[in-house]
Amino acid sequence: MNKDLGNITNADVWVALKEVTDPEIPVLSLVDMKIVRDVKIDGNEVHVTMTPTFAGCPAIYQMKSDIEEKLRELGFEKINIDLSFKEPWSTDMLDDEARLKLETFGITPPTKHNGNPTSAINAEVKCPYCKSNDTTMENPFGPTLCRMIYYCNSCRQPFERFKAL
Amino acid sequence: MNKNEAIQTYLLALADDELILGHRDAEWTGHAPLIEEDIAFSNIAQDEIGHAQALLRIYESLGGNDPDTMGFLRDADEFTCCHFVQMPKGDWAYTIVRQFFFDAAEIIRLRYLKNSTYELIRELAAKIYPEEQYHLLHTQGNVERLGDATEESRRRMQRAVDEAFEQALGLFEKIPGEDVLIDEKIIPDSRTLEAEWLQFVTPVLKRSGLQSPVIETNGTVESNVEPLYGGRQKKHTEHLHKIIEDMQKVYRMIPGAKW
Repeated sequence: MNKDLGNITNADVWVALKEVTDPEIPVLSLVDMKIVRDVKIDGNEVHVTMTPTFAGCPAIYQMKSDIEEKLRELGFEKINIDLSFKEPWSTDMLDDEARLKLETFGITPPTKHNGNPTSAINAEVKCPYCKSNDTTMENPFGPTLCRMIYYCNSCRQPFERFKAL
Repeated sequence: MNKNEAIQTYLLALADDELILGHRDAEWTGHAPLIEEDIAFSNIAQDEIGHAQALLRIYESLGGNDPDTMGFLRDADEFTCCHFVQMPKGDWAYTIVRQFFFDAAEIIRLRYLKNSTYELIRELAAKIYPEEQYHLLHTQGNVERLGDATEESRRRMQRAVDEAFEQALGLFEKIPGEDVLIDEKIIPDSRTLEAEWLQFVTPVLKRSGLQSPVIETNGTVESNVEPLYGGRQKKHTEHLHKIIEDMQKVYRMIPGAKW
């Protein structure tokens, strides 16, 4: 599908990227996750800046190739994707809509911390299933770098909490 | 050594520490005493190796080779990691103590690097700092729990502290070119880091019922053991050669291989 690139705007690219989902959290897009930082179209070239959630997140390469594929579908042939640590990614950047999607997916959204993630470590953690606060941390690490494992003493189910960062 | 070379030398030393310790941690994947710890150490390993890669990207931006080449095609005698991270994984007590000592040192170093006058280092340190706080939360909690849990855990933890203490001080061996960077407020002085590390770990060990080889006088803490140096000068243990051989085997067999 070769479109006339001259008609594609920045907004079109953002809309398209909103369809690229996080490989580890398929209910959120890379735009919802605030992983895509900037889009610039320069003639028939497109530049995308993205930032990793965790510095060592191995999913970043999958995300990069998913973005490339989507931009190729739009008709771009020259695609530049830069990784940047400027304004490091923080879970405080996730908006209410994204948080609700996470909770519905079964992951307790990250506690807001206003720039001090340590303050979130001992915060109350609500079970995403039964909404009880009677929960216990089982492990500050989980199936991916961004999640921790909890146990709900009320509905007796293990669940995951998104790590505040 | 000019400023750029000094920055590269510094980044490489930190990256080598992270890369080798990350691989040591990964040796527990599938073998840790509890599934929770298996998950925790696999995560920590992934973080540390990721940090090494990010440091090496800055190294590359200054005209160096790319991260894969630096990690997988360099001979052991070109590495500048300290002996501490080279040591075999030992028992679980040693693993916990080593990771706690390393995490504490890293947190203290990052606190300074977050204010570095060198932009790329400052940005990366700000990124890594909160990640490392989760490591410290985990390892410090384990030291406190295992320090006086049972007679056996206490004995093993004490043996691990006795063994690891002088090794850990090797993290603060002066990195060649440091002085140029300290003057420009790019990095902190290794002596400052060591002093703050001693101040931090001593009360934690004490609270955990463990003795540390230090002399405390009027609020200052000094080490009573000879630090194990050599790594920053590329003088290594036999253990480094072995782990590098394991780590690089596949990459060297098929150069440029991609997953």
